[in-house]
Amino acid sequence: MFPEIPMLNYDVVVIGGGPAGMAAAVRAKELGLNVLLLDENDYLGGILPQCIHPGFGLHYFREELTGPEFAARFAKRLVELGVEYRTAARVMEIRNYSDLEKVVIFTSPSGAYQAWAKAVIYAAGARERHAFEIGIVGDRVAGVYTAGEAQTLMDIYGIMPGREVVIVGSGDVGLIMARRFALEGAKVKAVIELMPYPGGLARNVMILRDFDIPLYLSHKVVEVRGRGRVERVKVVKVDENLNEIPGSEFWIEADTLIISAGLVPSVKKLTAIGVEIDPSTGGPVVNDRLETSVPGVFVAGNALLINDLVDYVAEQGELAAEGAKEFIENGGIESRKWIWVEKGENVRLLAPHRLSGERDVYLYLRVARPMEDIELRIPEVGKRVKLSLATPAEMLRVKLKAEEVRNAEKLTVEVVRE
Amino acid sequence: MTKTYRFTCIVCPLGCSIEVRIEDGKVIGVTGHTCPRGQEWAVEEATNPRRVVMSVVPVEGGALPTVSVKTAEPVPKELIPELMKFLAGLKLKAPVEIGEVVAEWNGIKIVATRGA
Ligand SMILES: Cc1cc2nc3c(=O)[nH]c(=O)nc-3n(C[C@H](O)[C@H](O)[C@H](O)COP(=O)(O)OP(=O)(O)OC[C@H]3O[C@@H](n4cnc5c(N)ncnc54)[C@H](O)[C@@H]3O)c2cc1C
Ligand code: SF4
Repeated sequence: MFPEIPMLNYDVVVIGGGPAGMAAAVRAKELGLNVLLLDENDYLGGILPQCIHPGFGLHYFREELTGPEFAARFAKRLVELGVEYRTAARVMEIRNYSDLEKVVIFTSPSGAYQAWAKAVIYAAGARERHAFEIGIVGDRVAGVYTAGEAQTLMDIYGIMPGREVVIVGSGDVGLIMARRFALEGAKVKAVIELMPYPGGLARNVMILRDFDIPLYLSHKVVEVRGRGRVERVKVVKVDENLNEIPGSEFWIEADTLIISAGLVPSVKKLTAIGVEIDPSTGGPVVNDRLETSVPGVFVAGNALLINDLVDYVAEQGELAAEGAKEFIENGGIESRKWIWVEKGENVRLLAPHRLSGERDVYLYLRVARPMEDIELRIPEVGKRVKLSLATPAEMLRVKLKAEEVRNAEKLTVEVVRE
Repeated sequence: MTKTYRFTCIVCPLGCSIEVRIEDGKVIGVTGHTCPRGQEWAVEEATNPRRVVMSVVPVEGGALPTVSVKTAEPVPKELIPELMKFLAGLKLKAPVEIGEVVAEWNGIKIVATRGA
């Protein structure tokens, strides 16, 4: 198609070398597929090499590892298996010529390439929401970073982004950055959380007590001021409808503002080929092989939906690889019929969206609000699973057996009080 | 004098609210836990809190400018600032293997979590 661009040939091309992509490439290779893994970074691992805190791999390796340690284990398996991969290889475009003919166009230090493949596994992760997306106004000053940018500076390059820090968002990422700054001797002046409850896991909320960091719930940062560099930020209290309460404003002096206001699946290259997106996850609509609405294009990890556990991310990568194998062998993923899964009471987002009923499947979901003593129910098939606690911060994962759902027309998933 | 500590237990996802009461350095009561593991954790947390500490250390001649490190075991919380000062003084030279002990501080091993 592009005679001037060197052509490569594979069964499957995996885009993204984070845990999702590495797990997918390893599994694809184990299944006998000819696979190429591409990542635009200079190193494999995605965001893991910068996540130097422990908390990774408890399910997958039954051991608590740091991010770089988790990544290194996967990278080692990748190399041992002889998986072909390229770093510093940026995917510019995916083209979908037919079900079994796809082209992934990428650039690398040695030039541009077109990689032909029968299936594509897209594992490009997520992007962080930035200050303007959460309505912060004011001066355009230095010293405003997303949590991931600050983490990269500190934990990859060894550069301290600032000394007096305000953090927006009390999710796990925000809390972990609060600890990193405090450990390195910075003064964390406040963590500001919009919701009336902290967004992170209890073990991470404990960080605030460890370092005497004030947490402002039901507050938001609305304005940044400074000459050249952040000097102060304006905080305002919000009511239960998240509306600002007039007269409640106050200023905090700081030289650095860290935005940790959530991640958004990065799907531009997918929407460009017509992949259907679920507005609630921000990722593609998928079936129980994690295949998108474009046949032969699979998705895993944070590009599918935002995961808080790397273990689930790796699991999704493996599942996508198994899907790719089936797709290539049978020329498609077939089902007698698709059973659509819908969100019911207190379910904010959910994947996969349609099931074949022919295989066991994990549902991944998040609730809309925190709730104790709860049950996950699927009324159509009389399924009930007891759960002790659910918070929006923690993704729930529930296994459905093929025989449980096979005869359903559709499924509604709800999380309700027992 | 009695001191009361309130914790959200982090040992399992149930997250019980545990209270530990301490009088003259002695534990006189623990309430709110559902199981002995949580009780043990809360007592330890009230009397001798420990954390695994992580940081990065500059490295010369590696692919990245730093190597990430962690303590091989949890460190008493009050010693952490001192440990961080020690880590801030370290400088390494490539090659560093992941898992390699790169330094030792008061008998606590500092382990590389990233190679260089
Ligand atoms: C700060 C932070 C702390 C976390 N802490 C924990 C924790 O304690 N425990 C835990 O289990 N989980 C944790 N997580 C969650 C978990 O680690 C992530 O969900 C997981 O790493 C996501 O993996 P991924 O492979 O989907 O994406 P990523 O790791 O983001 O990888 C995506 C890769 O795709 C590449 N890419 C993107 N676009 C292109 C392109 N066009 N061409 C080529 N390559 C491309 C990127 O360079 C990147 O390397 C944390 C997440 C964050 C952000
Ligand atoms: S006390 Fe026991 S049951 Fe309760 S959270 Fe702790 S470990 Fe879990």
